[in-house]
Amino acid sequence: MPATLTPNSTDRVGHIARAVPAIELRGVSKTFKLPHQRYSTLKERALHPLRTRTFEELQAVKDVTLTIDPGEFFGIVGRNGSGKSTLLKCLAGIYRHDTGTVDVRGRLSPFIELGVGFNAELTARENVLINAVMLGLTRREARARFDEIIAFAGLEEFIDLPLKNYSSGMSVRLAFSVAVQVDADILLVDEVLAVGDASFQQKCFEQFEELKRQGRTIVLVTHDMSAVERFCHRAMLIERGDVLEVGAPHVIARKYNELNFGRLVHTRTEEGRYGDHAIAEILDAWFEGEGGARISEQAQGEPVTVCMEVAFHAPIEDPIFAFNVINEPRHTVFATATDWREGPTGSFAAGERVTVRVRFENWLAPMRYTVTPSVARAGGGSDALDLREDLAALMVHGTRVTGGIADVPHSYSFERA
Amino acid sequence: MTTQALRQGPSVIGDDTRRLFALAWTLATTDFKLRFYGSALGYAWTLVRPFALFGVLWVVFAEILALGGNVKNYPAYILLSMTFFQFFRAIVDNGLVCLVARENLLRKIRFPRLVIPMAVTLGALFELGLTLVAVTIFLFGSGIWPTWGWLELIPIAILLTMLGSGLGLLLSVMYVRFRDMAPIWDVAAQMLFYATPVIYVATAVPERWRPWTLLNPVAAAVTQLRHAVIDPGAPTAAAVIGSGERLLVPLAIVLGAFALGVWAFSREAPKVAENL
Repeated sequence: MPATLTPNSTDRVGHIARAVPAIELRGVSKTFKLPHQRYSTLKERALHPLRTRTFEELQAVKDVTLTIDPGEFFGIVGRNGSGKSTLLKCLAGIYRHDTGTVDVRGRLSPFIELGVGFNAELTARENVLINAVMLGLTRREARARFDEIIAFAGLEEFIDLPLKNYSSGMSVRLAFSVAVQVDADILLVDEVLAVGDASFQQKCFEQFEELKRQGRTIVLVTHDMSAVERFCHRAMLIERGDVLEVGAPHVIARKYNELNFGRLVHTRTEEGRYGDHAIAEILDAWFEGEGGARISEQAQGEPVTVCMEVAFHAPIEDPIFAFNVINEPRHTVFATATDWREGPTGSFAAGERVTVRVRFENWLAPMRYTVTPSVARAGGGSDALDLREDLAALMVHGTRVTGGIADVPHSYSFERA
Repeated sequence: MTTQALRQGPSVIGDDTRRLFALAWTLATTDFKLRFYGSALGYAWTLVRPFALFGVLWVVFAEILALGGNVKNYPAYILLSMTFFQFFRAIVDNGLVCLVARENLLRKIRFPRLVIPMAVTLGALFELGLTLVAVTIFLFGSGIWPTWGWLELIPIAILLTMLGSGLGLLLSVMYVRFRDMAPIWDVAAQMLFYATPVIYVATAVPERWRPWTLLNPVAAAVTQLRHAVIDPGAPTAAAVIGSGERLLVPLAIVLGAFALGVWAFSREAPKVAENL
């Protein structure tokens, strides 16, 4: 990758006074009027003149106030329909916000998606010239920078090939190199990482690193929390048009995961319950952190205690308590039972209650886990008194890069021959 | 580098006229290129189409129905008036669908909204220019040579451009809301074609109807073209409508349509990305 993109790329940040924000939103709201039924023909309108008056108001963005500094890489995250793309479009001047002001200092890239307006029939050469003009260069500038754009994309051999013969990776390289050449101080990017294969994404990542080094202000809308944690200086979580929080990327990523998965905790019904629970009944199961507080999420590597509370309705000798920890693809990644390790658990009387805790080192890879606690009669453990599937859930957050389903403690050594 | 804050919002014209024209030019030329992309005849199709249509009209109306037997240079008149009618129709036809057709750009890129209908008008002007070159050759072949009257082509083309653009702008924003506008305009354009002296001449209309037909600005335009280009002996538009002052009516319709189109477009265009 060429080190210099534009001659003044390194002192770009120096030009902008640090104190002056690049983007300033004050009380920005945007409401869409959604007719209950969409009438798009005159006949429908003529036949139902009154019904068209009823529409629903969807407030996609509610009173957002935000400042983004020059040179900042800012992430906007939120679930589908949370209003993040609408906010980006208001920022870009594509939608008109209803209230508030959006102030931008510096040249703002006018597009929010790469390669918009690319035409598959035309050659890369024609597409680059057209796209560069659409993104804000003059025709002369576009021609002058053409070689630079193609060189940056590394596509010199293919400039006269129609774009339809390009692979997706090649097109995005082309799109990216046009986009970075438009000299925007502020780039708005929506969901680029959602499409494409691994090498395509890798290319995007490299380009982001490059843009970041140049000190450009970038606003990235994404679902990809690893991208947020990797690139962003700050991030914002938006839900139903409300800004829930603006903060450090890992905090926002965690909140986002909580929002997505946290709701699933403690919502199991009787479905997935085995045994008649007449003698022993599992009342609850949960995860605890080191302090003994109940948790629904834990950082990778932080020890976890999994617990169950059992009530006895009849006396029983040496019941077996067991836990199965299951990951998202429904593999049991960790299982333990008292008869394997502890031996006999003693006798319990009717009306007695017990809380069973198992502390373990959290070697689990970042993912969502559930626990299935069970109580069984002494013996093989197959005679379940009560077994409740997925009674509690735990989200494990990534703190470092890992591959497999478990992050087993390990160390390296090198022995040169 | 500017430290001046810019207030964001969609705009109709934008603050950079050069960018407005550069964009419209780029879109228009690209479209023109793409229209005949991969076809063997390429740009020649822009000429084949009007000439083929002209051939049909001429055979049916001049030869079979024997209309306009005493009209001087009748085939040349059909060709020229048809070229201008098609030019007007192309602006409105393409203008009608232009916003919906460019949905992808409108929702993903910020640029002055006026670029899109401007590109439509530019594209129609390219095509008119190309066709007129071929029409001129045909006129020479029919023994019609340039006179100073030919200069009237310019104001007439400008007025038709204004009328077409005005209607196109108005219909483009209406079409976003009501998809019925496409068939409505289709029917209206058909009626307008027969209400306009293209396959006949204005002087063939019964005398008491004549002034009324020329209230139609397109009819006034092609009637004046007949006098200016085809046959200086034919009456001017003013003569057919009755007086010069009466020509103010079609002129007012042109200016009114243009103003209405511009007004409707500047009102609706900033909201168009949301409504698409």
